[in-house]
Amino acid sequence: MNSNSIKLYEVAHSRAGDKGNTSNLSLIPYNEKDYEWLGEVVTAEKVKEHLKDIIDGEVIRYDVSSIKAYNFVCKNSLLGGVTTSLALDTHGKSLSSALLEMEINLPS
Amino acid sequence: MLKIGSGAGFSGDRLEPAVELAQKVDLDYLVLECLAERTIAIAQKEKKKDPTKGYDPLLSDRMHALLPVLNEKRFRIITNMGAANPIAAAKMTIEIAKEQGISCKIAVVTGDDVVKELDTDQEILENNYTVKDYQTISANAYLGVDALLPALATDADIIITGRVADPSLFLAPMIDHYGWSMDDYERIGQGTVVGHLLECAGQITGGYFADSGMKEVPNVAELGFPYATIQEDGTAIISKTPHSGGVVNLMTVKEQLLYEVHDPTHYLTPDVTADFSNVKLIEVGENEVKVSGGTGKEKPTSYKVSIGYHAGYLSEGEISYAGTTAVERGKMAETILRRRLSKEIPDMRIDLIGCTSVHRTSFGSHQPYEVRLRAAALCENQDVAKRLGNEVEALYTNGPYGGGGARKKVSECVGVVSTLVDRNVVDNQVSVEVFRYEQ
Repeated sequence: MNSNSIKLYEVAHSRAGDKGNTSNLSLIPYNEKDYEWLGEVVTAEKVKEHLKDIIDGEVIRYDVSSIKAYNFVCKNSLLGGVTTSLALDTHGKSLSSALLEMEINLPS
Repeated sequence: MLKIGSGAGFSGDRLEPAVELAQKVDLDYLVLECLAERTIAIAQKEKKKDPTKGYDPLLSDRMHALLPVLNEKRFRIITNMGAANPIAAAKMTIEIAKEQGISCKIAVVTGDDVVKELDTDQEILENNYTVKDYQTISANAYLGVDALLPALATDADIIITGRVADPSLFLAPMIDHYGWSMDDYERIGQGTVVGHLLECAGQITGGYFADSGMKEVPNVAELGFPYATIQEDGTAIISKTPHSGGVVNLMTVKEQLLYEVHDPTHYLTPDVTADFSNVKLIEVGENEVKVSGGTGKEKPTSYKVSIGYHAGYLSEGEISYAGTTAVERGKMAETILRRRLSKEIPDMRIDLIGCTSVHRTSFGSHQPYEVRLRAAALCENQDVAKRLGNEVEALYTNGPYGGGGARKKVSECVGVVSTLVDRNVVDNQVSVEVFRYEQ
C-alpha cells in the first residue's frame, strides 16, 4: 500500500444481502461528503476485479444519492444460492467484509 | 398515531425482545416475520407426517410469552408463523389461550399453497428448467395485502398466515388503519419502505452492524427491537424499545434500506413496484430516524411462487490441525480426500476454515495457528453422502499427524426455486377463517 492508499473500510461501511444466487453489497460512506469521490473510485468494474474469486457474473452499481449510498448487485456470486450452496457462509453474509478490503487511493 | 412493532426477524429469532417491546411501547400491531425461503418446505414435510403440525417450531413458545401481554395491552399480532399449516397454528394458539384463561380471536389466512395449481411446464425463473424437472415438496405464492385486509377487517386479535411477502405484513395494517387506496402509489410505496425497514427486527437496531472501533453499538447483548410511528401520509419514525440495547441511526437505517435490494427503483412486492431511490432519512432524536419519500408504481401482474424441492443429501465433514505446519497438513488432508472420493463425488467443496472458507480467497496473507478442514458435497444417494464424512473421520488414523475434532453430518437438502402464477388463480382460493376462545 502506498501512503496515499487506504482500505475501503476506513471510509465506508457495507451490508450484504442475498436473493437466490445474487448478492447485493451496499457501500455507505461514514461521511456523506465522501459520496461523490467514492463513486468515481469504486466503480462496478473495480468491484468485479476485486472480487473476481467470488463473483462469477456481472456487477451492476445502483447509485442512491438521496441517502448517499451505493448498491452493488453481484450476480452468480453465491455458489448457487443459500439453499443448495456448499459454501460455509451460504448466504454470503460475510461478503460485505470482502468488499471493504478493497484498497483505494485517496483523492489528492 | 399508528404504531407497528417488529417482534421477530426470522424463525429462530430471540423471544424476549418482542415481549419487552410490547410491554414498554403502546403498540397497535406487533408483526412477527418468521418464514425464510425454505422454512415452508420443511414445514410441509412435517405436515405430511402429522396433519396437526407444519407451523413454525417456535409458535408455542412465542404465543405463551406474548398472550399475557396481549391480554393486558390489547394490541394485535400479525404473523406468518402458520407456515405450511396456518389453521393448525391457530388451533394450537387457541389451546394456549384456553390454558392461560385469555379470551382470544384468531383470523387465519389461507390460499398461498399452489402445489395443485402449478402447471408442470411452467418455467423456473432462475434457470431454463421447468417445474416438472424438480421433485416438488411445496409451492407457495407470496400473498400481499389483498389477502390480509379481509382478516384485518374482522375483530381478530391475532392474524396468522402462511407465505406472505414480508413488507405486506406491515403494510396491511397501515392501509387498514388509514384507509389508503391501493392505487395511491406514494403511500403504498412509502408504507412498503417502512415494512422493509422493520421486517428483519434487530437488523435496524444495531444487529448485523456492530464493528469494533468503527460502528459502536451500546449494550448489543440486549438488543431492543424496532417499531415505527406512522403518520397518515406514510412518513414514519423508526425507533426501538426504550432503555434497551442497540442503536437506531442513519447508518443502521441506510444499511437496512438496501438490504436484499437490487434495483432500488424497482423493488417488487405483490402490492406495488416500490421505488426506494428518493427516500429521505433524518435523525430527529436519540434512536429516532424519520423516513419519508418512498414511492412506487403499479404492482406486478403475477404472484411470485417459491417452490421447495428435494435437492439431495448434504454431507459435511470437518477436522482441525494446529501448529506451525497446520495449513500444509490441512492441504495434505484435502489431497487425500480428493484422491479417495473424486470418482464417487466429483463436485466436492473443500475449504480450510481460518484461511479462505468464507470468501473463497483472502485479501492479504497471514499464517494461521490452526485451521479446520471442511469438506462438503451434495449427493443424490444417501450412502454416497455418508462416505464423505466417513473419509474425513478416517483421517484420524489414516491422515496427516495431529488431526483432531472430526465431525460428520448428513442432512436432507431442500432447495428453493421460483416461478410465477396468475393472480386470479391465487386470489380465488384465498380465504379467511376465524377461531375464537371466549373465557
